[in-house]
This record gives sequence, C-alpha cells and structure tokens, in this order.
Amino acid sequence: MSFLQALINGIALAAVYSLLGMGFVIIYKSMQVLSFAQPALMLFGGWWVVYFATLVHLNFYVAVLIAIAIAVISGLFIERVFLRPMVGKPVFAVAIMTIGLDLAIRIIAGNFYDVSPRSTGDPWGLSTFNVGRLIIGHRRVAAIVVSVVVLLALLAFFRFSRMGLAMRAAAFDQEVALIQGVSVAAVFAISWALASVLATLASLFINPDLGSLGPASYTLALKALPVVVIGGLDSIGGTLVAALMVGIAEALTGTYQMHLTPYIGQNFSQVVPYLVMFVVLLVRPYGLFGTREVERV
Amino acid sequence: MLALKNVEVVYHDVILVLRGISLQVPDGTIVALLGANGAGKTTTLRAISGILDVQNGEITKGEITLDGQRIDHLSASKIVKLGVSQALEGRRVLAELTVEENLRLGAHTNRRKLNENMDRVYGLFPDLKQRPKFIAGYLSGGQQQMLAIGRALMSAPRYLLLDEPSLGLAPMLVQEIRDIIVEINRQGTGVLLVEQNAGMALTISSHGYILETGKMVMDKPSAELLKDEDVREFYLGLHSGGDEIRSFANVKQYRRKKRWLS
Repeated sequence: MSFLQALINGIALAAVYSLLGMGFVIIYKSMQVLSFAQPALMLFGGWWVVYFATLVHLNFYVAVLIAIAIAVISGLFIERVFLRPMVGKPVFAVAIMTIGLDLAIRIIAGNFYDVSPRSTGDPWGLSTFNVGRLIIGHRRVAAIVVSVVVLLALLAFFRFSRMGLAMRAAAFDQEVALIQGVSVAAVFAISWALASVLATLASLFINPDLGSLGPASYTLALKALPVVVIGGLDSIGGTLVAALMVGIAEALTGTYQMHLTPYIGQNFSQVVPYLVMFVVLLVRPYGLFGTREVERV
Repeated sequence: MLALKNVEVVYHDVILVLRGISLQVPDGTIVALLGANGAGKTTTLRAISGILDVQNGEITKGEITLDGQRIDHLSASKIVKLGVSQALEGRRVLAELTVEENLRLGAHTNRRKLNENMDRVYGLFPDLKQRPKFIAGYLSGGQQQMLAIGRALMSAPRYLLLDEPSLGLAPMLVQEIRDIIVEINRQGTGVLLVEQNAGMALTISSHGYILETGKMVMDKPSAELLKDEDVREFYLGLHSGGDEIRSFANVKQYRRKKRWLS
C-alpha cells in the first residue's frame, strides 16, 4: 500500500516539475538558453499569491489570477530589459546572465517573505480523501489537474495558434521565421511571459503537503533543472517523461530509504533527481529525448 | 515599383559587399539578377527583406524604396506586410513541420486571407495539395522548393524575391519551376529572380542585371543580354565561334572584365 501511496505522491511531484520544466524548455527552444531564473520566478510569482490571498484577503483564485497577470508583466519586463540587449551575444553569456537574474530576483522576492514559510492561502489546506487505504491530498489532485490542463492548453497553443506556430518555426529556423514576417522579439517576449506564468502556477504546489512557500522553496524548484536536463532540454514530451521518472523515484526513495538505508540520514530523496540525472547523462549525454548533436571532429 | 538606389552593404563593419548598386523591379514584371558566386546577389535580397542584421550586416549608403516610400531600416515583418516576400536560398523548409504548417507560417502576416491564399498556392502546386499533413522534411527536393515558394506566396506579396529556386534540381524540375514562376508573374506578382542558371532566368525575365563583386556591370533587357557575346560566354557557356570545342585558354578574363566597365 505504501508503494501505491508513493506512486501517487510521485505523480503529484511530477506535475510540479513538469510545470516548471516546461518553462525551461520554452525558453530554451526559443533562445537556446538554459534559463536559471525559473526557480526565482517561482518565488516571485508565488509571493503575489501569498500577498493577495493572505494579506489582502482576496479570494484565492482571484489572487492567483492577479499573480498570473503580474507574472506576465514581469516576464515581459525581464525579457525586454535584460535579455533583449543580449540577442546575438554568445549563449554562454546569456546563460550566466540568467544566473545573475536568478540571484537578484531571489533576493528581492526572498525579502518579501520572512525567514519562515508562508501559506499561499489555498482552499485545499490539509484536507484529504481516502481511496481504500490510500490517503490523497486535495492539493496533490489539484497539482495533477492543473498541470494536465496547462499542458493540453500549451500543446493546443503550439499546434493551432498563429503565434504558437511562429514560435515553433523560430525555434527551428529563426531566419525563416523572420523572413515570413514573424517578429522574433515577440517570440522571445512570449516565451518569457509563459515561463513566468508556469513558474507562478508551480509555486502553488511546490510544497504538496502544506502549500506553503518560503525562500527555501527555491531548492525544491531547482530540482526541475535535472528534470529538463534528463528530458533533453528541447522536448516538452521528454520533460513530461523525465518529470514522472524523477517525481516517482523521489517519492519512492522518500518512502523506503529510511527503512533500507537509515545510515544515509533523512531527506536523501532530495538528492535523487540529481542522481537520476547523473545516471541518465552517463548513458545518454544528450538526455532522453534531446536532439542529438552531430558534430564532425 | 521596388527600387534600390546606390545601395552599399557592409558586413561586420568592414567587409564591403555591395558597392553602390541600383536596380528596379517594375510592378508585375520578372527581373533577373545574375552573377557569379560571391557577387552579392543574396546580400541584395537580404538587404531588401531587412534581414541583414542577422549576419551582422547593414546598409551604409543608398536607399531601398517601394513606390517611392523608403523601406530600408524597416523591420523584416513590416517589409513582408508591405508586400515584399522572399523564398530563401536552399529551400529552408521547416523539416519537422507539416506542409500545411509551413504554409500557415507563410500567412503569419496575412491571417485573414489564409484560406484564399492557401487555395491559390495549392492551385499552383497540386503536388502539395495531395499531402497537406506530410512532414515537410520528407518531401523531394523539387517539392520542398515548391513549398518554399508557396510559403513565400502565402503573404500574398506584390513582389516575390526568389533566391536560386533552381538550386540542386534536375533539369525537368528546373523547367517546372520556371513555368511556375511565369504563372505566378502572370497572376500579377512582380518577381526578382536571383539565379545561377542564367539561361533559364533570362528567357523568362524582361530585364536582367549582372552583378560582379558588388557592382552592377551590365543592365539590359533580357533579350539583349541573351545576345550579348560576353554574357553568352561567361554565363551561358556558349562560344561565339560556334560548335568548336571550348578551351579555357581562350578565355581571357582580365580583358573581358575591362570591357564590362567600358
């Protein structure tokens, strides 16, 4: 029974990782840059939920909507002010720049919170329901539902909408997109706005037991980084598979590790995503679903 | 009328590629732009389409006008909206996307008339109509070229810039592409055709320009160019002396070059 329980918890974790991971992938595909600012954007977006839901006492869902609006604006702002001038600069420089952004945003957002975590004020609280002897938290169900809905919406956006198609084209061949009249600047801006919104949504579920957020939630969000690396950086499908892999592995470790190997100590499960990443990269250096780099030597 | 006047293009601030070229594409005509490798043909088209900055180039002098309005320094997407569209050299279809998606991308700036333009393109290229869901990368070379031209037509341009549409195609397919260009022109689109295949380009164009190392060296109606001795020798590979076997020893390029400028 504890195995099934771990499985469900793992899937809920995977939902959070895939929300964060899709943000990484969208930015990577449009700019070929691995943005390290994603966890910080999560803290920042999450703060506004906390602020509007628990300090201003708005309805939780209204607070989420406002937070999403703020996330869109801040994503656009960051892209326009910090990333746009870097277009055409070496990818490495841009990636380092996102580390700087991550630090800056994390310090600012961290100051909003106190040292201790704050509740996001969600309606799920500690409520659970039982299926047989399984105990399932409402928040975990919400995480899975939200990420599935968001994923389907994103797939539809990329498949059917004009801008989604333009973004795919720009990811594939920027010059062709340009020559057909696509504004590549708009593509960059939209990908940052999307990533920022996805991070904000992830903030609601990053602590699936309590729904709280604090400066330390950053380390939890950072685990989405090994997830996208495992998935191959440029594949949304790969990110999903990797998120499930990592989420379930982490949950299983959390359940069994203290019984099996107590000498390692508690919370070893936090390291599991990185361990999985090591193993996958040893076997497939370009990730599970990544585009294989063909280079002549 | 699409016109270039004394356009000078510099790459990386130092490499002078176009040294003041002028050229005109009147409404509804086919104009050929010929020249050897590295002459600046592609750069000319990139300058018109406003995508020089991708490769760190810029227009340093001169102007490009569309009906008298300057369009240099406009963004690429504005230029497409004004009705100048280009099919890049080497086809450049989006290989992972379907035929239909490639065409839909072409309609990015002209979404309202998507269906109308799609019908027109499918009418021109029945091959594509049969397989809208086909992955573009698996099309044959000729079909990919047709897709590239079709994609450029999806914005319903007034002027179509074609960069070597016959590149790497079998003679039969070159004929087919040629007929399609004539048909596109007949439907009212002006064409600026950059070609290595001078024979093909000159037989369908009304006017021809010859570009050599960034300068226009000749500019005449195509019929006259076809008769020109130097053009016949350099671009059509024909010898004025008739059928005798040609020797490169007889080609005195330096003297010919002098004659271009005289």
